[in-house]
Amino acid sequence: MTLFQISEPGQTPAPHERRYAVGIDLGTTNSLVACVRRSAAETLPDESGRHLLPSVVRYLAKGEPVVGHEAMAVAHEDPLNTIASVKRLMGRGIEDVRRLGKSLPYEFIRGDSAMLRLRTAAGERSPVQISSEILKKLKARAVKSLDVEIADAVITVPAYFDDAQRQATKDAARLAGLNVLRLLNEPTAAAIAYGLDRNPQGVYAIYDLGGGTFDISLLRLNHGVFEVMATAGDSALGGDDMDHAIAGWIMQQASIADDSDHKQMRRLLRDARAAKEALTQDKRVPLNIVHGNGESWQGELSRDQLHTLIDPLIERTISPSRRALRDAGITPRDINGVVMVGGATRIPRVREKVSYFFGREPLADIDPDKVVAIGAALQADILIGNKRDEEMLLLDVIPLSLGLEIMGGMVEKIIPRNTTIPVAKSQDFTTYKDGQTALLIHVLQGERELVSDCRSLARFELRGIPPMTAGAARIRVSFQIDADGLLSVSAREQTTGVESSVVVKPSYGLTDAEIERMLRESTAHAGADDVTRKLREQQVDADRLIEAVRGALNVDGALLNASERAEIESSLTDLQAVRGGNDGARIKRAIKKLDAATQTFAQRRMDENIRKAMAGHRLEEFDVPRDKSPS
Amino acid sequence: MHAAPGKNHFELFGLPVSFDIDADDLTSRYRELQRRVHPDKFANASDQERRLSLQMTAMVNEAYLTLKDPVRRGRYLLSLRGVDMDEETDTAMDPAFLMEQMELRENLEKIRQADNPGRRLAELANRIGQCMQEKIGQLRLALNRNSAEETKHARNLVREMQFLQKMHHEIDNLEEELAI
Repeated sequence: MTLFQISEPGQTPAPHERRYAVGIDLGTTNSLVACVRRSAAETLPDESGRHLLPSVVRYLAKGEPVVGHEAMAVAHEDPLNTIASVKRLMGRGIEDVRRLGKSLPYEFIRGDSAMLRLRTAAGERSPVQISSEILKKLKARAVKSLDVEIADAVITVPAYFDDAQRQATKDAARLAGLNVLRLLNEPTAAAIAYGLDRNPQGVYAIYDLGGGTFDISLLRLNHGVFEVMATAGDSALGGDDMDHAIAGWIMQQASIADDSDHKQMRRLLRDARAAKEALTQDKRVPLNIVHGNGESWQGELSRDQLHTLIDPLIERTISPSRRALRDAGITPRDINGVVMVGGATRIPRVREKVSYFFGREPLADIDPDKVVAIGAALQADILIGNKRDEEMLLLDVIPLSLGLEIMGGMVEKIIPRNTTIPVAKSQDFTTYKDGQTALLIHVLQGERELVSDCRSLARFELRGIPPMTAGAARIRVSFQIDADGLLSVSAREQTTGVESSVVVKPSYGLTDAEIERMLRESTAHAGADDVTRKLREQQVDADRLIEAVRGALNVDGALLNASERAEIESSLTDLQAVRGGNDGARIKRAIKKLDAATQTFAQRRMDENIRKAMAGHRLEEFDVPRDKSPS
Repeated sequence: MHAAPGKNHFELFGLPVSFDIDADDLTSRYRELQRRVHPDKFANASDQERRLSLQMTAMVNEAYLTLKDPVRRGRYLLSLRGVDMDEETDTAMDPAFLMEQMELRENLEKIRQADNPGRRLAELANRIGQCMQEKIGQLRLALNRNSAEETKHARNLVREMQFLQKMHHEIDNLEEELAI
């Protein structure tokens, strides 16, 4: 017999409604949005039934930018204003782009920070802004298709993305008005989509070759817990490079000059891609290239020739695969399955090479274009709280070592690659001059020993160190990497307890002020006013907090005595009272008050969690003979 | 300010302070803790709880990393007894051990030019692995006896083991460099 649960009046918030959060695969070539509906995750199509949104944004002199198929259709006519593969520019500087060569037909401008900008008809745009247009489009698609407000999302990133690239992705989401529940690594998302968590145990390799990035991740599964053992990759290698290799070959064959214009380049890339795709089915494909002067060239591309062109690129995926195996301390024989992700894994030659390396046929049952978005949607559904007792847990790692610049332009590693996140580490520094009051700390990411070979993440200036003799100060700098793989830093002088102010200058990122300005501009553009936007943000924050605290009181109210509970309830009532008003500052104060009132409660809940976690293990502690536990 | 103030790594995992640890039991405790404190379980919680969860998870990860590796575990046990490994006052190491290390290091350099470096690197790694196993046994005895003399011995052993770990790391690097 089914018993209906009836809550005491006034005690429980509204019965648990299904909440919606989307999973977004923000890809180099295509992007997708997916959501869990009726307990199954599915990608959401546009009005014409298309699931893939080309990651292409076209800026016009007037009006909103055009995103997707419409933009792609005119890319070769308006190459400078039509930005494709913007993911390759995320968190990157001008020097990085130079390294990519002239494969990117845009006009780049150096901004205030090292982050680059692109000149478009609508003005200068950063990669973060361009990506946010793609996210806005996907968000609008989800809102329309689900007919609910969407505020929360899980957004996937290549596992091998560094801190600057992750931060740029998160900033783009913020600009698009999305709250990022989690930045999820693409290979991990694929593993979720395959339901690998339902396997009791095993080790899986996820081989993810997308348009512009390559990742290899090794995951160990144990009763719903996914532990990423190691990850490696190349954040500038993908199907795009194959297109460029093919286009280069066509140029050679058809005697097209190296300095041909942007339009010609775009057409060539389009033809190269079409040829590559045709060769997944056919042994040879005819080519018909129209020169700028109207003359044309006819030829053909064979599969063998294609292999000659792309084999060196596929080979570049094998060496990271070897490194990941070595870091995880396993051999290909220890692997229970290989999962293929990303459009480029459709190429038969890629599958052939991967099968050979791992010694087994890879799994590719789920559409490799959709698998990442589907995994992201499943994770979003769990994070938003629709599956409260979900056993699944992801333990991910930091893909690149984190270090600091020391004397002589060398890097001292603080957190080695493949360390499970979140992680916190501290390092003590001292002054080298009498009376020194400031310290410059340079944070880098990478595996090499020289600063110049690693990626600069940020420079931190610690100010306000009390003047002391050289070497007397003890400045403890704490690094914390959160579950999104993002770094934050704090510093404190140990002998005097002075908290040093940390001036963060992200080397390739946007400052909070810059994002705030962009948000202001975009709201102004959309005809809304800034005060309303900020008020709306405060209200959303207030609702989140109210719901979180109510939920916590329902579950763990017993951890509080009557007066403690009364204090929280009173702050809760205050926040509810001001929430509906239009005074953003008051709401903010009430949020702070409620957050402070729940401090002890939060700690008790955490202690309770630890107690419960150890509950099943407690007995063993008393079984240990006394002489084995030194005091 | 964290949820488990003053708890050492062993206490956090509900284990007695001892060098003897059952690796499978440790891992199952680790997963159980993660299921309760991980930020994914607090995605909808207040900022307060999200911060705490982040701190706790970082602590649990650090504790697990320390306890599962015998060298780090030994070092940590010594630090709980007030023995600091970083002090450079007492640098005298067993000359025989140092000689052996120099020899191993020379071998590593030679392998770079040798034929079939893969097999020779594997042999070297194997030799270091055996040496490590012996020292783990000795360290267990020294730490469990817990006298001043044995503690000093344990400290030396941990230092030697750190040398061996470093050596092993260099073998890995060379393997990567030679693309084996």
